[in-house]
Amino acid sequence: MTPTPPAPAADGPLLSVRGVDVGYRTGRRTRLTAVHDASFDLYPGQSMALVGESGCGKTTLGLGLLRLLPRTGTVSAGQILFRRKSGDQVDVRTLAKEDLRRFRWNEAAMVFQGAMNAFNPVLRMEEHFLDTFRAHERRTRRPRAEILEESAELLEMVRLDPARVLPSHPHELSGGMRQRALIALALALRPQLLILDEPTTALDVLTQRSVVEQLTELRERLRFSMVFITHDLGLAAELADRVGTMYAGRLIETGTTRDLFHRARHPYTSALIGSVPPVAGDRHVPEPLPGGPPGLNALPPGCSFEPRCPRATEECTATRPELRVLHPRDEGLSHAAACLHADGAELPTRGGHP
Amino acid sequence: MIEQPVPDTTPAPRPGRAVSPAPEGRGPVDRRTEPSVLSLRGARQVFSTPRGDVPAVAGVDLDVRPGQVLCLVGESGCGKTTTARMAAGLAEPTGGEVLYRGTALRALGKQERAGFRRAVQYIHQDPYASLNPVRTVHSTLTAGLRRHGLAKGRDQARRAAIDLLERVDLTPAEDHLDKYPHQLSGGQRQRVAVARALAMDPEVIIADESTSMLDVSIRVSLLNTLGALRDDLGVGFCFITHDLAVAKYFAWDGEIAVMYLGKVVEQGPTPDVVNDPRHPYTRALVSAVCEPDPDLARTKERVRLRSADIPDLTDLPSGCDFHPRCPLYEQGRCDTERPPLVETGGRRLLACHVVDGPG
Repeated sequence: MTPTPPAPAADGPLLSVRGVDVGYRTGRRTRLTAVHDASFDLYPGQSMALVGESGCGKTTLGLGLLRLLPRTGTVSAGQILFRRKSGDQVDVRTLAKEDLRRFRWNEAAMVFQGAMNAFNPVLRMEEHFLDTFRAHERRTRRPRAEILEESAELLEMVRLDPARVLPSHPHELSGGMRQRALIALALALRPQLLILDEPTTALDVLTQRSVVEQLTELRERLRFSMVFITHDLGLAAELADRVGTMYAGRLIETGTTRDLFHRARHPYTSALIGSVPPVAGDRHVPEPLPGGPPGLNALPPGCSFEPRCPRATEECTATRPELRVLHPRDEGLSHAAACLHADGAELPTRGGHP
Repeated sequence: MIEQPVPDTTPAPRPGRAVSPAPEGRGPVDRRTEPSVLSLRGARQVFSTPRGDVPAVAGVDLDVRPGQVLCLVGESGCGKTTTARMAAGLAEPTGGEVLYRGTALRALGKQERAGFRRAVQYIHQDPYASLNPVRTVHSTLTAGLRRHGLAKGRDQARRAAIDLLERVDLTPAEDHLDKYPHQLSGGQRQRVAVARALAMDPEVIIADESTSMLDVSIRVSLLNTLGALRDDLGVGFCFITHDLAVAKYFAWDGEIAVMYLGKVVEQGPTPDVVNDPRHPYTRALVSAVCEPDPDLARTKERVRLRSADIPDLTDLPSGCDFHPRCPLYEQGRCDTERPPLVETGGRRLLACHVVDGPG
C-alpha cells in the first residue's frame, strides 16, 4: 500500500481547542479541575510544545484531546474541533464510541510517556502492529502477511531493522529502539496529528538525538502536525514551531518558539528558560526558580504564579489575568501572555545568538 | 607521581598500598596540592554472566579531592554507576584498587572501615526508591547518626535532623520531620536524601544522576545546594550525569571524565572538555545536546555517528571500542589497536589514534 498523505491543508486549523476544562473525580462529590480554559489553534504541519513543571496539566490536556483520560477524568467544558481527513469538522467531545475508535490512530495518535511501559511485555512486536491495524483500520480484515509487510516499512522509516524488531519481545529492545518503534506504530495509519508525551525523557543524549532527527525527518516526509509535551526546554527549542507554557492548569503564554525563548512576556516562562543551564558558550549561571506550583485544590484567587513571581503587585493577588494577545499573527501564532504586567519592562531571556 | 603528604588522620600505610601503581603521565593532572580522599587505581569490575564475562569497568584511574568535583559522563551502560559503586565500597573491584586516604579499602581495619563508611556517602538517582517508605524523615535522618554514635539521645538527634533539613533548604524543618516519603514531592525527597548523606559529615559525596529525575526549576536549586556544600564544607564530589549541561554547570572548576564501554576516553578540566572536546565520542555527546535556544538549536553543528547503537559488552569490537560508531574511523588502525589514554598537554588525557590533543 502506498501511504495516503493527509488531505491537503484546507483553510483553517486542523485542531481548534476552545475553552477546554479537564477534571478528575476525586471523591463521591468532589472534583479537581486539572486544566482550565485551554484554547489554541493548531494548523496543519505545525509542531507545538507544551512546557511547564510536573503537575501543571500538560499530560492531562494531551490525553483529554484524544479522550484517553483514565476513568475518573473527563473533559468537562469546551470544544475540541478537529478537521477530519474527509474535510468535515467534528467535536472530539461528541464522538460516539465506535466513531471515536476510528478517529484515534487514523486521524490522531498518541505516543505515551515511557516507551518502557507502553508495550505489552508478553506480546512480540509484530503482535502490537497486527493488533493496531486490526483494531483501528477502516477497511476489512487484511491478511497477516500484508500487515507485517507494511509494519516492516514503518520500522524502516525509523531506521530499525524489521527482521530484528518484529519477532522480538519489548524487553529485548533498547530504550531508544522501543521509543522509535512506538513512533512507527503511532504513525501506522498515517494520522494527521501526533501527540507525544515526553518523547525523549529517560533516553540517553545520543539516543535523544536520533529520536529528534527521526521526528524531524518524518514530519518533513509525512507532514503531520504534532503536539508534544516536555519539560526539556532544549527539546522544545529544537523541535517546536510554537510553544505553550502551562502553569497550574492554565496556558499562560503561547507564541512562536522565538517569541517565548527570546521575548518571553510571562515571568514564569522567562524563569523556566532561565533555569536551564546551556552547553554552548560561556558558563551561564542559571537562576533557580524557588518554590513550587500551588496545589490545584488551593489555587490563589488572583494569578496562580503570584506567590513565586518577582514582579507581582497587589493587583496580582486579587485579579486573575486572562491570556491576552500581545502580538497578533495568523495561523494561531499570535504571541499571548496571561500577565497583568505583560507590557512592562523586558524580562531576562536568553538573548538571540548570531 | 610525587608522593602526596599524608594527613595525620590517615592510618599508617599498609602493605596493600604498594600495589597502587602510579600510571604514567598523570602527574600534571593532579594539579591540586591536596591529596585525594578517594582514588581508583586500575579499578576493574567484571561481571560473570551466562552469556560470558561483562567487563563493566575495564581499568580506570580517578581521584576525588576535597572541595573538588569529578564528573563522570557517558551513555547508559558505559560503567558510570559501577565505577561509583566501587568508589563507595558497595562493590568490590575484581581488579585494581580503591584507596581511601591512600589505603586500599580491602586493607582497612574494622574501625577504619567504619570511618570510610561515614566519610563517603552515596546519593542515588531515584528519590522515589531510595528512601524507606515506612520511615519518617526524622527516622531516616537520625538512623545513621545513632548508628555511628554521632548523636546522643533523642533530643540531640532531633536537633541534628532539624539542622540538616535547614541546610538543604527544607524549611520550616519541623514541618517536614514527621512526614513520610509519600507526602513529599520528588524534589523534597531528593533533599532528604542529600540531608541523610550530610548527616554523616562526609568528605566525599557520590551523586549518581541525583538531579536527573527532577524538574528543571528544582534541579538548579538542588545543584546550588550541593555547590554550597562543596564550597563551604569542602566536600569532594564524584558526580555522575548524562547531562553535559549539568556537568558543565556543576563541575566548572573541576574535572570531567568521559566514559565509554567501561573506559575513560577523555578527561580534563571541565571548561576545556566541554568547550573544546577532542575525542570524537565527546564531540558527539556535546553536539547531541538540545540547546535551550531555538536559533542555536537549529544551526548547531551535529556530529553524525556511523551507528546509533552501543556495542554489546560481551562482544566488544577489536581495536578502539568506539570505532564501529566513529565518524573519523581509519581502517587498519582504529580496528586493530586500542588507543591508550595518554596525556596531551593542558592537563588533558585522550584515548584516540586519529585526533590530536588541544593546541
